[in-house]
Amino acid sequence: MNFTTPPYLTQNVSVQRVMLQVLAALLPGIAIYVWLIGPIILVQIAIATAASLLAEAFMLSLLKKPLGLFLGDGSATVTAWLIALAFPPLAPWWLIVVGALFAIVVAKHLYGGLGQNPFNPAMIAFAVCIVSFPALMSQWPALDRQAGFSEQLALVLGTAPRLDTMSGATPLDALKTALKLGEGNTTVATILADAHNFGYFAGKGWEWVAVAYLLGGLWLWQRRIITWHAPFAFLAGIVLFSGALWLWDPAQFANPVFHLFSGGSMLGAFFIVTDPVSGSTTPRGKLIFGFSAAALAYLIRVFGGYPDGVAFAVLLMNICVPLIDLYTQPPIFGMKSKP
Amino acid sequence: MLQLFKFKGGVKPDPKKTPSVQMPIGIAPLPPLLIVPLHQSIGGKPNPLVEAGDRVLKGQLIGGADQWLSSAVHAPTSGTVLAVEERLAAHPSGLPTLSVVIEPDGRDAWIERTPLDYTALEPERVREILRDSGVVGLGGAVFPSHAKLAAAKSVPMDELIINGGECEPFMTCDDILMRERAEGIVLGSGIFRDLLKARRVLVGIEDNKPEAVAAMKAAVEKLGENFEVIAVPTRYPAGGAKQLIRVLTGKEVPASKRSPEMGVQCFNVATAYTAWRAIVHGEPVLSRIVTLTGNVEQPRNWEVLLGTPLKDFVALGKPKSDTDRYLMGGPMMGFELPSLEAPLVKATNCIIAGSPSLFPPPAPEMPCIRCGACADVCPHELQPFEMYWFARARNFGKTQEYNIFDCIECGCCSYVCPSHIPLVQYFRFAKSEIWSREREKNMADAAKARFELRNERDEREKAEKAERLARAAAAKAAVKKAPPESGSEALSGDTSVAVAAAAPLDADAAKKAAIAAAMERARQQRESVQPKNTEGLTVAQRKEIAEIEARRAPLQAEE
Ligand code: SF4
Ligand code: SF4
Repeated sequence: MNFTTPPYLTQNVSVQRVMLQVLAALLPGIAIYVWLIGPIILVQIAIATAASLLAEAFMLSLLKKPLGLFLGDGSATVTAWLIALAFPPLAPWWLIVVGALFAIVVAKHLYGGLGQNPFNPAMIAFAVCIVSFPALMSQWPALDRQAGFSEQLALVLGTAPRLDTMSGATPLDALKTALKLGEGNTTVATILADAHNFGYFAGKGWEWVAVAYLLGGLWLWQRRIITWHAPFAFLAGIVLFSGALWLWDPAQFANPVFHLFSGGSMLGAFFIVTDPVSGSTTPRGKLIFGFSAAALAYLIRVFGGYPDGVAFAVLLMNICVPLIDLYTQPPIFGMKSKP
Repeated sequence: MLQLFKFKGGVKPDPKKTPSVQMPIGIAPLPPLLIVPLHQSIGGKPNPLVEAGDRVLKGQLIGGADQWLSSAVHAPTSGTVLAVEERLAAHPSGLPTLSVVIEPDGRDAWIERTPLDYTALEPERVREILRDSGVVGLGGAVFPSHAKLAAAKSVPMDELIINGGECEPFMTCDDILMRERAEGIVLGSGIFRDLLKARRVLVGIEDNKPEAVAAMKAAVEKLGENFEVIAVPTRYPAGGAKQLIRVLTGKEVPASKRSPEMGVQCFNVATAYTAWRAIVHGEPVLSRIVTLTGNVEQPRNWEVLLGTPLKDFVALGKPKSDTDRYLMGGPMMGFELPSLEAPLVKATNCIIAGSPSLFPPPAPEMPCIRCGACADVCPHELQPFEMYWFARARNFGKTQEYNIFDCIECGCCSYVCPSHIPLVQYFRFAKSEIWSREREKNMADAAKARFELRNERDEREKAEKAERLARAAAAKAAVKKAPPESGSEALSGDTSVAVAAAAPLDADAAKKAAIAAAMERARQQRESVQPKNTEGLTVAQRKEIAEIEARRAPLQAEE
């Protein structure tokens, strides 16, 4: 006979529901993004999603896994959305596709599929592309010379030449370049006063996207999809490191708020370092993971050759997860030292 | 007001308790046939004391406790023993067990009952009476109560916990018992308190049972006891012994310890009630309160004779037509009954009729996404997904490193897992594997010891034989040398030589025998100690072994 096993009741939860909530939490950020750049980002999200799902379906059938069960689990879609949001919004379509394919085929399925990947697939996609196509990955639309949707689309589809006049840099990149060009004669304060690139407390416009990510992340925390440990440690790490250097030399180092709301900080804190599969699982481990990732991200961002360091930092920390988990096992019931 | 503590984790399933408490406890009618299994508790298997054809009276001993950790079994009513034979048991394995089949005569004639004043008796005697009255944990664990009624030697008993938590959904047998028979529970708890010399008695009841709390408080007051009746927050598994102990006292009893070592002991309310009936009324445990609920027209609690065939029992609730299965116990820790032919036993606290809409088939299992939800709800603060990972990989040593034997199989982890992984199933599988490997190892050790002992004996015998031969040869030589005087003298001389030679020989053999005896003793000690160790590890597990064996087959097939 068929043995059924307890418990006979389960909560109404599924991987799909978890992933759908993660997607929902990204929506506010996407909305601001559309307001800032235009609907082209939706096109990029669609391209990334289609590529990811196709790759997912291909790999699943290749590995003879149940297609219906896994294709609908939403995990590939989350990866796709994160890729689209992390890449430059006007990146050519094939760049997004390359990223998505790499994430799904190599970072996810070659490591065993859902739940098995030691590295965050979206970050793998980002790292691979920024190493292989550094120029394309650094071209961000100049906000004050906004192109219309059809022009943007032509750029993405590659039917129009990429004009330098239309591309700028990320606020982080802009700051870094300006500081370099200034050779110590200019200060962060004067650079940030430039209203072309910078807004109230971080990158112009981008700061509000970051705020929206923050809100989405807090919602995820409230829904208990994520715990506070990793995001808190990550943001605390950013504040601590940027704050220390800022206090030491405010002319050469941007303040903590700028760093919190620039680059991949907020997206990273709530949607990347919280990835359960590739992150640490114990409470203390999550704190260590988040904090260390922040430290690395900050160092790469400020002193490294890349515009932002979140992707590399997270990938480096992914390697350490088994060790972190091993040494941060919480004490079990009845085995704690006496209070 | 007592300060309450929290236990980590836990879940809040829909209680679904209301339907079955709308009516008072019903007395189930006498069934045409009673099938009373002899083995109804943890521990030894009671020996049958009757045979086919015997007439028995209600309350008559039909199965005697065969060892200290065992519990007697009685005839639930008067009638004729039809057979003592293997019958299907209410057990997930669907295996038969030796049972006494009784045809009731309808007179329900009691044996002579002797009420006792337990305060005039030696505590040891009271414990014996409890054992011989078949008093066991009625919360479902059926651990013989008398064996839990001794304080640790060096630790004073601070608290006696009376468990009215009843955290499993659907189940209301303790709730209704507290509502209707609170005084008996309080009196029984008093007996436990006196045996344990407990300083305080705390009655813990989940706060979704306000009527029970009120009834217990009233009973405590009326009887002039100083027990504290405490409503604890409703959260599964707050009614687990270790969780309730934690909530009421702040003490965390690890798997490696028995609770008396930490100055606390815990009994279920129904157990206290039956102890009172046994001592003060001389009535052994013949019936119990069982919740019959779920997909039935008439959910209700019944007082049912042990041995009542389940098919007769469930008929009382009028199961709806789409009922596709029956669970024994709650939906979190219970199991699906393989057959309704089996009888109701002391462990049967609740029968739930299930339907596809009530308990939908489990969603397909997905890979673990390490979301940690299971760890968040684990009341023993384990890392279920790590244990799962290693159990799946059959790396059982690792599962032990992640404290798999601290898992109480409460099911919280499976309850919340978004990947719908039957985690508890994996843990039972791993535990049974470890358990059976340990058993094999013990057997191998014992065999090795036996082998060594035999070698030793063989050698000793060989040596003795050689010596005997040598002696005989020497004697022969002596006889040859000595001038033949008379037959009798030669004979006596021979004997004296032999005796003289035998003296050192005897000392030698005695030494060897002593060594052999010591080895044998050591072996016996090992054998008697090791199963105990295992048992300490896997108390809840032991009774499940057959079941797990059965489960293993589908699990293995899956891999
Ligand atoms: S709840 Fe399920 S999916 Fe999540 S970590 Fe635990 S076993 Fe894995
Ligand atoms: S079944 Fe075991 S591992 Fe799962 S929550 Fe309960 S105690 Fe923890």
